[in-house]
Amino acid sequence: MLDFLGDPAVWLPIAFAVLMGGSILIYVILDGFDLGVGLLFPFADAGERDRMVASIGPFWDANETWLVLAIGILLVAFPVAHGVILTALYLPVFVMLIGLILRGVAFEFRAKARIEQRPLWNAAFCWGSLMTSLSQGFMLGLYIMGLNWDFPSVVFALLTGLCLTGAYAFIGAGWLILKTDGPLQEKAVNWARRGLPWVLVGLGAVSVATPFVSPRIFDKWFSFPEVMLLAPLPLGSLLLIIVLYLSLRAGPHRNDAWSWVPFAATMGLFALGFFGMAYSFYPYVVPEALTIYESASAPESLMIILFGVMFVLPAIIGYTALSYYVFRGKATELRYD
Amino acid sequence: MDELILSRIQFAANISFHILFPTITIALGWVLLFFKVRFSATGDMRWMEAYRFWVKVFALSFAMGVVSGITMSFQFGTNWPGFMEKVGNIAGPLLAYEVMTAFFLEAVFLGIMLFGFSKVPSWLHTLATFLVAFGTTMSAFWILVLNSWMHTPVGFELRDGIVHATDWFAIIFNPSMPYRLAHMLLASGLTVAFLIAGLSAFRWLLGDRCDSVRLTLRTGVVLGALLIPVQILAGDLHGLNTLEHQPQKVAAMEGNWETRGNVPLVLFAIPDEDARTNHFELSIPSGASLILTHDPDGVVPGLNDFVLADGTVMHPPVNPVFWSFRVMVGVGMLMLVVSWGSLFAMRRAGSLDNTNPWVFRILAGMAFSGWVATLAGWYTTEIGRQPWLVNGVLTTAEAVAEVPPAMVGTTLVVYLVVYGVLMLAYIATLTHLARKAAKADDTDTDETPRSGAASVRLVPAE
Repeated sequence: MLDFLGDPAVWLPIAFAVLMGGSILIYVILDGFDLGVGLLFPFADAGERDRMVASIGPFWDANETWLVLAIGILLVAFPVAHGVILTALYLPVFVMLIGLILRGVAFEFRAKARIEQRPLWNAAFCWGSLMTSLSQGFMLGLYIMGLNWDFPSVVFALLTGLCLTGAYAFIGAGWLILKTDGPLQEKAVNWARRGLPWVLVGLGAVSVATPFVSPRIFDKWFSFPEVMLLAPLPLGSLLLIIVLYLSLRAGPHRNDAWSWVPFAATMGLFALGFFGMAYSFYPYVVPEALTIYESASAPESLMIILFGVMFVLPAIIGYTALSYYVFRGKATELRYD
Repeated sequence: MDELILSRIQFAANISFHILFPTITIALGWVLLFFKVRFSATGDMRWMEAYRFWVKVFALSFAMGVVSGITMSFQFGTNWPGFMEKVGNIAGPLLAYEVMTAFFLEAVFLGIMLFGFSKVPSWLHTLATFLVAFGTTMSAFWILVLNSWMHTPVGFELRDGIVHATDWFAIIFNPSMPYRLAHMLLASGLTVAFLIAGLSAFRWLLGDRCDSVRLTLRTGVVLGALLIPVQILAGDLHGLNTLEHQPQKVAAMEGNWETRGNVPLVLFAIPDEDARTNHFELSIPSGASLILTHDPDGVVPGLNDFVLADGTVMHPPVNPVFWSFRVMVGVGMLMLVVSWGSLFAMRRAGSLDNTNPWVFRILAGMAFSGWVATLAGWYTTEIGRQPWLVNGVLTTAEAVAEVPPAMVGTTLVVYLVVYGVLMLAYIATLTHLARKAAKADDTDTDETPRSGAASVRLVPAE
């Protein structure tokens, strides 16, 4: 099967690296917006909170499944790397898991438990989202710094933690601009305006820091002709930031025209940032230590997974699209009937 | 304590907490489909009310299962890197198929199932309910394939100390898989049967006399009465399968030290692993031989066969396996008595209104009995696998990560606190939902739900 692709020991790890990267990117965008909605919770009043939850209620569970898929691919395709990375990130992973637990159950409990408990579950939702965002950003930073627990790395990781949290809140605000109207939408525009600088700092910090962590990455970016071929990444990001700035400055339009622009532009920004990182780290899965080839599972095991992926992934994308179509338009109150 | 025992406690805590919720959602999904199909076929509002109440329980249980499941997928890496390094070529594809064929299906269609009733045509809502139920069952299938393979590994070869798959059919349909899968699916059915009967009985005791509570009470009791004899049979077959492939586990379950014939069935004893004998033994002569070999003289393996010449113990710790097994069997017998007893009492009284209130009290008390039996059963089989992680291939000690014990211990304490709080909140919320439903008796019985008419509902779900 698939002989024309050449040696499976070469292309299978690449295929799985692409699958894993794709899952991470989809996860960061999709769970990014619903984590962001959780981060914005303290700034909204009670009625707005119900509407914010309603805007993500039908989606959050499937969004989080992309994280399971991404970590699953790391686990099954690059088992050695999975062990090395997760053991090194034991503490932030733990914080993230507690955060994911708190916010995941808070969705249900805030709606179903006794009404007196609601403030408690609202807090759990918000704090859970915050723990998850901060720890994911922290892990990103530490990963960029080569998974070293030294002082500068930890400081940098704390910074990326704050920045990713800001970025999630920003894409969350973009989602709310898209899915709500009236005063809440105006509030969301305001939140997005205040979040934009954080996104800039985060993107800038990661872009500047990554090449200086390793001379290998520096050479990959700043040698000719790569520097020309890669130019669309920073230029595209710049363009999207200008689009974001302009669309947010103008605020909500009449007839809700253009309300999709901030969310779409942020998705583009996340994607460009992600491609930049992926380019920097390829072919390493553990920075500067383990390549995807060294840590890949046996080809026959990868092949049987890939076989499933080819049939199942289109179906997953199809019914995910169906779900977003069913719950299209402005968010209304969630009802079981 | 060292990182091995701490990591084991941590994983045991997580997986114990986790399994409680899939045990509910696997069977409850099918029960909900039954409610929905009955409603579609008859237009009888009682079925829809039953659906509406139990779908909330489903949603809550599902969320608890998802978040605790995510935790476990990470703990493979944080605490047990040796597992994937050694058997990743087999465990990997099985886990991948679980994510791809089950997790996404459940998660995406859950949104439509919970919130789509007024947004999609009725058939699509029914289909979504089916796909969620199907997804939970697929998830159970794949994870039980992997778990069974860890007990009875086949279809592989060792190359440079790493396990490589040679026969996927043999791996998937490994010797203990059919028994374990049937036993677990039936356990899920029984857990849900007693939960439905128990919570409905609780509503009855609160004075709720609405038609849907009568309906769900009957559904629960009948389901329980039908499943428990099948489960006892499936459990027996599973035990015989274990005897064939993991005799040391059966020896621990039976508290049998020496390999011999005429082994008694131990009803009660205090097994003593240091003295390698039982104290205060109360037993039926030749009972174990009879059950396990269908012959009173049949030879049953004993624990002393699994001690190496240098004194290394290669059988599981006896007391936890011995006691978990008895708890599981005890609860199963109680289920048999209670479900058939309630059925007879209800039939003899002619109607629920004339039935002895003790029937409802006992059923309410048994609401979570399925959890006790399921956990006890899992402890029996999983502790019974020790000291192996993958039977005969990889020991638990070889797989553990070298994380500082203090770190494992600290995180363990936080997990335990979070799980404890969530467990209390979960049970309190189910009770609250039952109370709320009992109070709202008859307020929403006289209107017909209409698909596509989003604005006509009087009672928002939340």
